[in-house]
Amino acid sequence: MLRFFLHRLGLLIPTFIGVSIVTFAFIRLIPGDPILMLAGERGMSAERYAELRSLYGYDKPLIVQYFDYAWSALQGDLGTSVVTKRPVIEEFFTLFPATIELAFVAIIIAVAVGIPLGVLAAVKRGSWLDQGLMGVALIGYSMPIFWWGLLLIILFSGILQWTPVSGRISLLYFFPQVTGFMLIDSLLSGQEGAFKSALSHLILPAIVLATIPLAVIARQTRSAMLEVLGEDYVRTARAKGMPPRRVIGLHALRNALIPVITTIGLQVGVLLAGAILTETIFSWPGIGKWMVDSVFKRDYAVVQGGLLLIAGIVMIVNLLVDVAYGLVNPRIRH
Amino acid sequence: MVHVEAQESDAHTKPAGEVTVWSIRRQRALEFWHYFSRNKGAVIGLIVFVAIVLIAIFAPLIAPYNPAAQDRGALLLPPFWQEGGSTAYLLGTDAVGRDLLSRLIYGARFSLFVGLFVVTLSVSVGVIVGLIAGWFGGWIDTAIMRVMDVILAFPSLLLALVLVAILGPGLVNAMIAIALILQPHFVRLTRGSVLAEKRREYVTSAEVAGASALRLMFVTILPNCLAPLIVQGTLAFSNAILDAAALGFLGMGAQPPTPEWGTMLAEAREFILRAWWVVTFPGLAILTTVLAINLMGDGLRDALDPKLRES
Amino acid sequence: MKFSRKILAATALFAAMAMGMPLAAQAKTLVYCSEGSPEGFDPALYTAGTTFDASSKAVYNRLLQFKPGTTELENALAESYDVSDDGLEYTFHLRPGVKFHTTDYFTPTREMNADDVIFSFERQWKEDNPYFSYVEGASWEYFNGMSMPDLLESIEKVDDMTVKFTLTRAEAPFLANLGMDFANILSKEYADKLAEAGNEADLNQKPVGTGPFQFVAYQPDAVIRYKANPDYFRGKQPIDDLVFAITTDTSVRQQKLKAGECQVMPYPNPADIESLKGDDSLQVMEQEGLNVGYLAYNTKMEPFDKPEVRKALNMAINKQAILDVVFQGAGEAAKNPIPPTMWSYDEATEDDAYDPEKAKQMLADAGVENLSMKVWAMPVARPYNPNARRMAELIQEDFSKIGVDVEIVSYEWGEYLERSKAEDRDGAVLLGWTGDNGDPDNFLAVLLGCDAVGGSNRAQWCNEEFNDLITKAKSGTQEERAELYKQAQEVFKREAPWATIAHSVTVMPMSKNVTGYKQDPLGGHAFEGVDITE
Repeated sequence: MLRFFLHRLGLLIPTFIGVSIVTFAFIRLIPGDPILMLAGERGMSAERYAELRSLYGYDKPLIVQYFDYAWSALQGDLGTSVVTKRPVIEEFFTLFPATIELAFVAIIIAVAVGIPLGVLAAVKRGSWLDQGLMGVALIGYSMPIFWWGLLLIILFSGILQWTPVSGRISLLYFFPQVTGFMLIDSLLSGQEGAFKSALSHLILPAIVLATIPLAVIARQTRSAMLEVLGEDYVRTARAKGMPPRRVIGLHALRNALIPVITTIGLQVGVLLAGAILTETIFSWPGIGKWMVDSVFKRDYAVVQGGLLLIAGIVMIVNLLVDVAYGLVNPRIRH
Repeated sequence: MVHVEAQESDAHTKPAGEVTVWSIRRQRALEFWHYFSRNKGAVIGLIVFVAIVLIAIFAPLIAPYNPAAQDRGALLLPPFWQEGGSTAYLLGTDAVGRDLLSRLIYGARFSLFVGLFVVTLSVSVGVIVGLIAGWFGGWIDTAIMRVMDVILAFPSLLLALVLVAILGPGLVNAMIAIALILQPHFVRLTRGSVLAEKRREYVTSAEVAGASALRLMFVTILPNCLAPLIVQGTLAFSNAILDAAALGFLGMGAQPPTPEWGTMLAEAREFILRAWWVVTFPGLAILTTVLAINLMGDGLRDALDPKLRES
Repeated sequence: MKFSRKILAATALFAAMAMGMPLAAQAKTLVYCSEGSPEGFDPALYTAGTTFDASSKAVYNRLLQFKPGTTELENALAESYDVSDDGLEYTFHLRPGVKFHTTDYFTPTREMNADDVIFSFERQWKEDNPYFSYVEGASWEYFNGMSMPDLLESIEKVDDMTVKFTLTRAEAPFLANLGMDFANILSKEYADKLAEAGNEADLNQKPVGTGPFQFVAYQPDAVIRYKANPDYFRGKQPIDDLVFAITTDTSVRQQKLKAGECQVMPYPNPADIESLKGDDSLQVMEQEGLNVGYLAYNTKMEPFDKPEVRKALNMAINKQAILDVVFQGAGEAAKNPIPPTMWSYDEATEDDAYDPEKAKQMLADAGVENLSMKVWAMPVARPYNPNARRMAELIQEDFSKIGVDVEIVSYEWGEYLERSKAEDRDGAVLLGWTGDNGDPDNFLAVLLGCDAVGGSNRAQWCNEEFNDLITKAKSGTQEERAELYKQAQEVFKREAPWATIAHSVTVMPMSKNVTGYKQDPLGGHAFEGVDITE
């Protein structure tokens, strides 16, 4: 097992170096000069421009810039935002909890709703219920979530006025950030209504973000269940007169869950991609919106550092999923 | 899976065999249609898809107006059934008085083109790279697969966004970016199939018979990996449409006044509280198209994948 | 008995806190739905209005400030000032008794004095100042942008409460520069304390100033909290708490305003202004912004080197349609290169009438046939041009009516700014300018002076007559200068290097019970003197 883990980890290192080169190269290729953007309509003199270029280190040869970058990245320094002049890593960690909270709640919704629906569809295979559920799942899977988010805003925030429009919590509540997760911090604050407020802000974006993973999980659960339900031991258990509920719960579901868990793990990348759109629509102060804003502001350092961090996270999560899968399913190790 | 190439090489030696090839192909097509049409959703999807294709092709004939024509006397008119609407503009107009229906009709062209372009590009590049990786193995394989790992390490939309920022906003660049983020799936799929097929008897015998590497890769092995590629291709088609719309929505895809659906949504966003139609219809168009393609994709998978056929 | 009552009160207070009522349940809180996160809290490092609103407007003061709602200067931290006869020496007498904010991260031990003033400028000027590069990439954009390093000879402390600025040349707009957001007065004592602890960067994260509000907390992309400065030299503000709810999306901002989640919002959708005006719970303030949006021809390229060709094209542009469609009413047609809120604006100028027939004739007379040209459309929204792409489409249609074929081109913003400077640029450029300090020199010399050709003079227009007038206007009294600027505007109109398109109208919707808000022609958002009535 350890060898398997080390092997996977070994594969990760060249990939990560590749990622760092790619992010570095990307940012150097982006047309448009952040220094000129900074000056706006006012512009600046050629001397001043040269001065600023050397201030930001853009005048060094690319290879030197890369090694500077890689060396400081290894020390946890991803540079300073050109716009805010704050360290990139600091900005990332201020905003990251908001994204984790959103993604976490979304994945809980997707799993809590998706798996039972998938099981139900598999058990009632071929019925109108199955067809209806899978139809809805396919709609969810085909959903342009940026549009879906707008529709939910129109309905729940505009017409019904049930949920607030954006943000993480009502401004009435002001308490220190302990964990950075608004749901937990609001409970810790002891202020009544704070938790409810945080939850009502979270629910719509979480639903939007959960939509595609939910559909994928429901479809995956259904097909995994169908496969398992057709296998010999389940048939045997049935033939032995085991009550269907136990057959499904004990044998079928447990085995069907293995591929489903992999699917859930693979949704991390999907969630982060979805967070870009969801956070933009709901003005959710997380890293997805931060990245989009930074791309538009040509904030070299932020796009570069942010990409590296996000890719790193996706890679580590994928590694963990692989390892977990290897633990459950020894065949894969070889 | 039946090995087409094996049959065809027979055909060369026996002229009479041509009939057999024909009938086998016909039989397989019939079989395919049998399984495909059993899936009612897939048939509906196909019908809708064909309808959208026809709309796109005949857009200039169907659309009541030029999609760029502005009627400055009719800004933000609601659809005809709502008060204030007019039958002159069935689905209403946008902020500069352009007919929404005409723009949606022309928009179908862009979305289908995006799907087609992206799938063609990512499949062709992905298949070639995958064949090379699988066939040659060794360090070439390792290098290619690491590069694919690098691409897959980024969340797809984020990578596409940054790529478009590099290439410059616009539909063509958005398509290239999307093709790039989708092609690793084809590389992996092709390479996997090649590795599996390479050791099969028919390949070894063709190799012994002196077939060139190119011929082996493209004529012998490739046709036998087609089924999963087609399924993945359909998926890529719908993903491409969604991603292009998302990029358009973020302002990085097609640029206004192009009537691309995602771009239309982005332009309409400021009217979300005032004019529901400019927000609702473009999204509905995206959803319908993507849904139709995914329905077809499910049908294709059922019909092409013998493993799933039985379940 | 007295004792237990105290306990009771304390319990009640505690209960109130626990019940989720904000601590200052009785406190007056004004929530402002701001349009973005500030880049930081040291405004001299930045150029964005959003940053200035959150830092200099709320937290800091300057020696001289613009009187709220005007571009006129008034004394602030300087109680008075004298100018030497040669116009080179400016002596400022500081206001006594001004206290810096007492916050949970800093307690001042002394009042504001000359050291603070000198520190505030020298840190942007002298490379040996420990704060010259206290954050990575500190570049003092505005200090340099306004040419202060060239202009300043020295800043000296005469005594504790007197500071003398010596200039290298007489320059009338210098005083206006001191009212700008880079010229805030910071506490040297606070800076020294931070330097001692090695926390220099906090100067940009936890500001300490003398202004009407003091900083409490900031969560990026979410909220900034301030409370009223109890020791403010003009007296404590009527509101107790000021909250910036950062809401980047315009329609969301609007919804929050309507739902009462905030009381004031900037930059509404032009499309929604009518509906906001119709809302009984809201009031909508309007003011022309200190800006101009224009289409600059390349006057060095054929056939745009001929004034009559430029004039003909100007007459083909239907400005009213642009105001309706692009500005949706939140704009005003521009006839001069400077905005109407600025002194020396020439009311007498007559705008080119919209007359496509005559324009066609004039082109023919000038011997121009089958003209095809490029129009550059900016990729970003600016106050003076909320949608350049749409504007370019309208101009394209207008020009096609006089037989001129237009191709619309666009580049990424930084590149756009750079490429449009080229003297051999192909095509006319849509661009604009927002005033920095309310001085006409800041428009006419920067945008149309001969020195700016190949730079911010996008028309590449160098007219001797015009240039002489604006050079002469750099010194003298305001009346003398205004007369020269008026003549310059006449030359401009005759030669037509630009099609002047529009000045934006800044619209500020706010809740009916907000009183005392004054719109800033320079585009800032300040809440000094604002109150909420019940």
